[in-house]
Amino acid sequence: MDKIFYVLAALTLITAFMVVISRHPIRSVLFLVATFFLISAQYILLNAQFLALVNIIVYAGAIMVLFLFVIMFLNLSRDLERFSSWMPIAAAGISIGGIGLLLLSAFRVAQTNVEYTGNPEAGLVEQIGEVLYRDFLFPMEVCSVLFLVAMIGIVLLNRKERELPSKIPLS
Amino acid sequence: MSELTFKIIFIVAVFGISLFVAMYTTYAERKLAAFLQDRLGPNRAGPFGILQPLADGVKLFFKEEFIPRVSDRLLFIAGPAIFMCTALMTSAVIPFAPDLEINGTTYAMQAADLNVGILYLFGVVSLGVYGILVGGWASNNKFSLLGAIRAASQNISYELAMGLSIVSLVMVSSSLSLRDIVDQQSGWAWNILYQPLGFLIFIVCAFAETNRAPFDLPECETELIGGYHTEFSSMKLGLYLFAEYIHVFISSAVLASLYFGGYQFPFVSDLDPGPVKTLLGGLVMFAKTGFFIFLFIWIRWTLPRFRYDQLMNLGWKVLIPLAVLNVLITALFILF
Repeated sequence: MDKIFYVLAALTLITAFMVVISRHPIRSVLFLVATFFLISAQYILLNAQFLALVNIIVYAGAIMVLFLFVIMFLNLSRDLERFSSWMPIAAAGISIGGIGLLLLSAFRVAQTNVEYTGNPEAGLVEQIGEVLYRDFLFPMEVCSVLFLVAMIGIVLLNRKERELPSKIPLS
Repeated sequence: MSELTFKIIFIVAVFGISLFVAMYTTYAERKLAAFLQDRLGPNRAGPFGILQPLADGVKLFFKEEFIPRVSDRLLFIAGPAIFMCTALMTSAVIPFAPDLEINGTTYAMQAADLNVGILYLFGVVSLGVYGILVGGWASNNKFSLLGAIRAASQNISYELAMGLSIVSLVMVSSSLSLRDIVDQQSGWAWNILYQPLGFLIFIVCAFAETNRAPFDLPECETELIGGYHTEFSSMKLGLYLFAEYIHVFISSAVLASLYFGGYQFPFVSDLDPGPVKTLLGGLVMFAKTGFFIFLFIWIRWTLPRFRYDQLMNLGWKVLIPLAVLNVLITALFILF
């Protein structure tokens, strides 16, 4: 199991790097899909089949398809322009520095060789269902309402101007 | 025979059967189309033309391989490969026959009994879009791209209704494993009796997901020349066309096992588990699958193609509300 984990972890990191390094956005998206697959494989190693498949359905199957969709319409086939201003470079520097700091501080207090004592079946459907619909029912419902609100908001924002009710009778 | 050897043999057998059935579905399609249009159909290769699929395959293999110079070579080759792989992967969770018991050892007639089998099916189906999108985009041809975009938006739209119809099915059977769902339908307790509306939604979505008529907009010749596979030639085109027939076979098998009892038939529980039961169950399963394949072909050659806006309206404004309604009705039935 350990060997599989290391192989998968290495592949995940390689594909994740390729997402950033790839010259072409379409290839980046495809590498990201591969990354999601490898993360799902990690879930399966942890005996969490449900999470693994939901990860594939939601991220690889739905969200990344939409990404691909948008990028295909953007017509980015010519070479992207080089960085000309200092802003993106500064932003990248700050974020890399921040993440590096975070990692450093995490590693400083991290304990290795910890025995895992949780429930090994925590990722199966029954356990997740119980956690979501019994222990955390209220937050979960609030989340779903939040998603609904976001969705309605997007539909509203994308409506054409003339379709909005323009003749609201005054008084 | 050890468990692993059996699994390997079984998986290879399922692979072979999928390809074989898909091959002869092309033949059945041409023969039935000919019958429905009052023609003869293929009748030159072998008696009644039954060697026609072989001849087609050989022809496709020997055709000139052509990759457009302006295309993205790697993705151009990856497109059909992804499409074919995702089509073949779906058969892994379908139980094809009852368990076989020989000398006390049980052999499951299913490649993998996942406890989330339905989600696996759903996940793999949703990945099928990549084959089309990647191939269509890599061709660097606007007609291919339009076909690919159409296919992707169609698949995304109909996946939602399909997922919702499966949700109500899962509520009835309270399991995500295909084997459990099939086992619950022993005798005449087929799920279609409990989920008629869900079945209707599911079958319409299955037609849309396989990109077949009346929903074959992605490869609509009159507007798009050939759709997402316009630039493909030789066996790459063959893989795209062939994968569609594998999709038809798998969809039929899924329809049969989710709603029509799979390998269950009346009085099945009277039989002892053994080779006879497995064989009979397998035959029943394939008969049901064959019926649905026939239905796919029959509808293709009977109904005209939808317009694109009609397709989208049907998906979003009819099927999804209906599916939600079905979930609500099912929930009410379960509660009271």
